[in-house]
Amino acid sequence: MSEALTSDNHLPAGAAAPRRAKPVRRFLRNPQAVISALVLGVVGGAVLLAPLLSTDPGAAELSKAFAGAEPGHPLGFDSAGRDVWSRLLHGGRNTLGGALIALAVALSIGVPSGLVAGYYGKWFDAVANWAGNFVMALPAMVVLLASRAILGPTMWVLMVVLGVLVAPSFFRLVRGIVATVRGELYVDAARVSGLRDRRIIARHVLIVVRAPIIIQIALVAGIAISLQAGLEFLGIGSGDLPTWGAMLNEAFQNVQRSPLFMLWPGLALGITSAALVLLASALRDVLEDGGTPPPRPRAARRARVSAPTTSDSAGARAALLSVRDLAVSYGSGASAVDVVRGVDIDVAEGEVVGLVGQSGSGKSQTAFSVLGILPEGGRVSRGSILIAGTEVVGLPEKRYRALRGGVVAYVPQEPMTNLDPAFTVGGQLVEPMRLRLGLSRKAAAERALELLRQVEIADPRRVFDAYPHEISGGMAQRVLIAGAMSCDPKLLIADEPTTALDVTVQAEVLELLRRLQAERGLGVLLVTHDLGVVADLCDRVAVMNAGRIVETGRTAQVLTRPQDPYTRTLIEAVLDDAPARPAWVAPRAADGAEVPA
Amino acid sequence: MSGVWPEPLPAPAAPPGPRILDIRDLRVSFPGKGWRAPRVEVLHGVSLDIRPGETVGLVGESGSGKTTIGRAVLGLAPVHSGAVEFRGERIDRASARRRRRLSQDLQVIFQDPFASLNPSIPVGETLAEPLHAQGVPGRDARRRVLDLLGRVALPADAAQRLPREFSGGQRQRIAIARALAIGPKLIVCDEPVSALDLTTQRTVLDLLLEIQEQTGVAYLFVSHDLSVVRYMSHRVNVIHRGVIVESGDAEQVTTAPRHPYTQRLLLSAPVADPAAQRDRRAALDRRRAEENT
Repeated sequence: MSEALTSDNHLPAGAAAPRRAKPVRRFLRNPQAVISALVLGVVGGAVLLAPLLSTDPGAAELSKAFAGAEPGHPLGFDSAGRDVWSRLLHGGRNTLGGALIALAVALSIGVPSGLVAGYYGKWFDAVANWAGNFVMALPAMVVLLASRAILGPTMWVLMVVLGVLVAPSFFRLVRGIVATVRGELYVDAARVSGLRDRRIIARHVLIVVRAPIIIQIALVAGIAISLQAGLEFLGIGSGDLPTWGAMLNEAFQNVQRSPLFMLWPGLALGITSAALVLLASALRDVLEDGGTPPPRPRAARRARVSAPTTSDSAGARAALLSVRDLAVSYGSGASAVDVVRGVDIDVAEGEVVGLVGQSGSGKSQTAFSVLGILPEGGRVSRGSILIAGTEVVGLPEKRYRALRGGVVAYVPQEPMTNLDPAFTVGGQLVEPMRLRLGLSRKAAAERALELLRQVEIADPRRVFDAYPHEISGGMAQRVLIAGAMSCDPKLLIADEPTTALDVTVQAEVLELLRRLQAERGLGVLLVTHDLGVVADLCDRVAVMNAGRIVETGRTAQVLTRPQDPYTRTLIEAVLDDAPARPAWVAPRAADGAEVPA
Repeated sequence: MSGVWPEPLPAPAAPPGPRILDIRDLRVSFPGKGWRAPRVEVLHGVSLDIRPGETVGLVGESGSGKTTIGRAVLGLAPVHSGAVEFRGERIDRASARRRRRLSQDLQVIFQDPFASLNPSIPVGETLAEPLHAQGVPGRDARRRVLDLLGRVALPADAAQRLPREFSGGQRQRIAIARALAIGPKLIVCDEPVSALDLTTQRTVLDLLLEIQEQTGVAYLFVSHDLSVVRYMSHRVNVIHRGVIVESGDAEQVTTAPRHPYTQRLLLSAPVADPAAQRDRRAALDRRRAEENT
């Protein structure tokens, strides 16, 4: 393992360091983390320096029993005339030391076994899982009492037992995470790179479990301290050692005479446990919510660089959908970025308009803003969207909803994720129709079956009763199309409707869309990255790049005689007309086994 | 799509010359779901071969088993029966130690450039991994990493950055650089461009071709996209439901396919030219009508 760690230094370290330091900086910026860590540091430091800061905790002067504070003895004396301050500090050593032992035992059992069980699985996983469940099912207090009876009243031994009892919490945590990481492609890639399992675990797996383990440590430490104090309070630990629990016990016996005795060990326990819990929750914030990138950074960045344009909003507006000078922004004030700017689109009745572009070009954002379903943080910041003559920018949500269910329908990209796995296909088709069209359950069901038949599903009854996981992706997309048709829309917004499908299924779904469109005279706004799909289905096409439309025109004209340089790059990248690779010719040095590397 | 396709076409006579990879009658099966469920066989006796410096394409739809073939070659999928020979040596039952040595010659580029790079490890370290695994000393490894980054047209300071700072295309270049790190003889390319934008896809493909010309590495090129496979491969195998139904030279298989499934595959892929696409669609309709009668 150390080999793996030192090998990190092989790379120039300079620039990597600040990036690596990020969690530390986040930690320092989190007041809760800093304060709780400071409190723990002070407690830990005081306890460690106990011999320097105080006198012998065992030295008893019976004459001073219950005496108050005096110089050198800031907290006074206990019932046996021992210095409370020094008992507090030395007691802390034992209490925290005990907790540390429990923690160390739990870590050294739980983490390695979790790593092995999660990474290799098989019989070890089964056995370790069973053992872990068994230990978790045991009542901790009863086991501790029993082990005291068998192993004797030594606090340290009891802490080892406690460590074994909490080990499953680490085991389960690590095993779960590792089993997930094990399936990651980068672990496969590392295996193919020839790395040993040991090294893969050290580099790729440990790094992922590190943060959760640290958080769990803080939590378990708190539990171990309170359990340890509880045992001592009950008088189950070693009677001779000063601990916070033992001090509480003693104070409890003298609570009538000197209630203040409860205060000091109670405070020490309370502060330490609270600091640990707070630290754990702060660590969770610091370590686990770190690396989320800002939404859609690519489009945003590009949009900022390119020069602003003024679009001419002239020209007649189409009756069905007409978008003029649309801008979509994320963020607010000075930090707002436009991901879509100056977009004009028209869709006439019975017309199919393609909106093509690469990822991050803003094509989906345009479609979303027409539907009024922009993701969190996004808004239409400028322009006008007319749907069947109704201006929808700034339209109240209630009226928008009526429009969405009636005039506009939507076919999403990922058919499977757009069906709720908890309900049958039929249920998901029937519900909106009952709500929207006010049909009875029976009438809606009949209509749903009819729609399924219309989208060319061979066995509508079976699909109606099926759950989404029981049907194929192509079938699911047909179901969603049926759902979109259920309220007789005039305008269909299809966002990459065939991208997730196999090519033969795609051809069938395109065929279906074409038929429905022709039969119903639908206007379609088809968002896609696939120029082949555009050529297949669209009358007109708009090409988007970096949030703007760079070219619009008849499909045949744009695809065969593109005017804009960006459209040209796009079309040149299509491989349809690229020649097939010619047959292979043996290299001149015909010894195949010795290909130069 | 349903229906039973005709028998697979007999494979053409094996081309002459030594082979770098020879897969014969490969069967792969996975344990069934549930208690004592029968194993599910996903590859039903697949044979293919690759000569040094050659690209052999493997095209099929989801669930056809095309990715499983690549994974079986890499030792990531369990081989039930059949043989995988790499440079004349059986590797289908290779030990972990043998596999580690094999990684010098046998590499992979995965489909998803977002999942195939560890998000918390700087790119340079990811690239140095295979070098360290082969015992290349630190200094040399560092130089080689910079060299690799240059080769895939990434700036040298990329080494210190984390994968999330790169776009999909750049990440796939990093994955290519990792595969090239120790000068392999064969790279399994598992849908290397299907997660990329059109223009990025073209540049990554051209990079792979250029690397092949320079180094003479062979590719097993797995993809669902007939036009990509045709552009990249000397020979093409079409796989459907765990069986290779047609194989042959790229030109023949992708322009004049003989097996009905390949024909359907070709006709289903829309072309970016409305007139040509209209013809293709008409041909597809005719095919469907024929199949239904």
